[in-house]
Amino acid sequence: MTNAIAETSPYVPQWAEISRIEQLTNTEKLFELSLLNGRPLGHRPGQFIELSIMGIGEAPISVSSAPSERNTFELAIRKVGNVTSAVQNFKTGQRVGIRGPYGTSFPVEECRGKNILFVAGGIGLVPARSFIHYVLNHRNDYKDIIILFGARNPGERLFLKELEQWANRDDIRYLESVDRPDPNWTGNVGVITTLFPKFQVNPAETYCVVVGPPVMYRFVILEARAKGIPDNRIFVSLERRMKCGLGKCGHCQINDVYVCQDGPVFRYSDITDLKEAL
Amino acid sequence: MKIVQIDKSQWTSGIEKLKEAYRVFAPVKNDLFHDFKALEKDEAPDFNFQNTRLSPKSIVYPQSEILFRYSLDRESEEYGILKEDVKEKTPKAVIGIRPCDAYSFILVKRNFDTPEYKDPYWLEEYQKSTFIGMACNNPHPTCFCTSAGSGPFNEEGLDALVVDDGDHYLGKLLTEKGEKLFSAAGWTTEAEASAESRIEELKAEAESKMTSRVGTDNLKNQKMLDLYEAPFWEEIAFSCINCGTCTYVCPTCWCFDIQDETSGKSGVRIRNWDSCMFPLFTLHASGHNPRGNKVDRVRQRFMHKLKYYVDKYDNGIQCTGCGRCVRMCPVNIDIRRVCNMMNSYDPESCVCEVTSA
Repeated sequence: MTNAIAETSPYVPQWAEISRIEQLTNTEKLFELSLLNGRPLGHRPGQFIELSIMGIGEAPISVSSAPSERNTFELAIRKVGNVTSAVQNFKTGQRVGIRGPYGTSFPVEECRGKNILFVAGGIGLVPARSFIHYVLNHRNDYKDIIILFGARNPGERLFLKELEQWANRDDIRYLESVDRPDPNWTGNVGVITTLFPKFQVNPAETYCVVVGPPVMYRFVILEARAKGIPDNRIFVSLERRMKCGLGKCGHCQINDVYVCQDGPVFRYSDITDLKEAL
Repeated sequence: MKIVQIDKSQWTSGIEKLKEAYRVFAPVKNDLFHDFKALEKDEAPDFNFQNTRLSPKSIVYPQSEILFRYSLDRESEEYGILKEDVKEKTPKAVIGIRPCDAYSFILVKRNFDTPEYKDPYWLEEYQKSTFIGMACNNPHPTCFCTSAGSGPFNEEGLDALVVDDGDHYLGKLLTEKGEKLFSAAGWTTEAEASAESRIEELKAEAESKMTSRVGTDNLKNQKMLDLYEAPFWEEIAFSCINCGTCTYVCPTCWCFDIQDETSGKSGVRIRNWDSCMFPLFTLHASGHNPRGNKVDRVRQRFMHKLKYYVDKYDNGIQCTGCGRCVRMCPVNIDIRRVCNMMNSYDPESCVCEVTSA
């Protein structure tokens, strides 16, 4: 039996080994992985991969780490479907399949020398984190950084140590809120848009990066516009039920774009005519 | 241009001969319908057909196809190895394909063969197939190929075109692949000089019998948002039961799903035809569904074929006018009517032409 097609087929994953697992919340785990072929994943912030578990299937997952010198990369995975539930039982040293990276990335070059306002809702922090880390790794290349994070409740907050570090840094501004507090919560309460009156930006110099659940985009974009940030400097990352990641299977099509290839990161001004986008 | 004359007995014996070197696919009648089938030895095709019920797209793009195999047995030496599925290397001869269906492969190729990613499975099956077309002397009333970039004698996508001329066939050779197949079948008798004009005559006669005319000339000029927001979608989608028949019989519907299937300790990753008519097509694991309503899905199918594709490739509509979806739709949704509505829609007055096709 030959492997002729398998070696050239874009549908065949590479093996990656899990080197570290961290429980983030009751439903989310962080997996650190490296490709068995020894090569780096070679992703840009905002791109995604197809995670593959033999016998279960594939699911599109955002890469949560910034590109780095090391060969490892991180996926933060919420237990919600078949593949994402099965992977929760995996242990360090076990292998999963990886295809990709796929899709467009956040505008790391275009934002250089500018302010960035990050707005992340819930698990939207996972893709946003790849860009946040990138910016923090190259802090001097960017001006003011504001990070807004909103979660439904304190128990759904991810990357707690990092959030604390961000809150304590004096070279960035970090604001967070929860929709429904618990008795121990002393921070802001309310949906993420309630954080907008708490800061000012110079709209001429500011980019806004929005990642969150579908319902969040419309309201956050209204707030960003109200701050004077133009549509062509608002970037969003969209989610779809992607299957192939190659722009062929049709699943992620919104009007004339394939989210897996033309996205997942879009400049908002490019998709204002895409009625099903947000 | 080489044209050969094939007597009807030679045609039948030639097809039998082809089975030595090719896997021969041809229309076979089962109960009520004709469908393409890989012919067994001595199994005879039946060319007394208008068109097959299902399109021949599955010859290149099977309804369910193995992408690779794997073992789930940790003790096995095979564990962790992803293996190609063993496929038959024998070339395929597709005999009697209608010109509209042959043309469909050219449209679908634009999706599977892109500069970024080549689909090796589709391309391999396509490249190993030789398409011998059978011209339509008597198009069906639901056929509208001449409005869709094809025609009853269209040669695009074919390796040879065969025309039924009463007691014999005239075979027009179009490619080297076609010549190779014809010589393997023993169809080598050069036709009389008048054959070419005879084919033109039959072609003109067939085209004159086409009763369905669909307007597509204005689709490119229409604004996407105007068509998307046009008031007619509710009415078009009203009777749709989202059965997906239109997408399954369509030669140009290419969407697929990827799934794993296991049996004991061995598994396969497969891809299956999928349909944008199904709510599951876009359902997220979170429960969110960007196209959760029937009207959104019906609009998606027509907009994809008649607007998004038109804009993306600038090469006509993603439809060959075969008429299968018109004939098969259980609630009589008619793409010819929808196409005319989209083509003639005036966003200023919200008026469009409504034809009974």
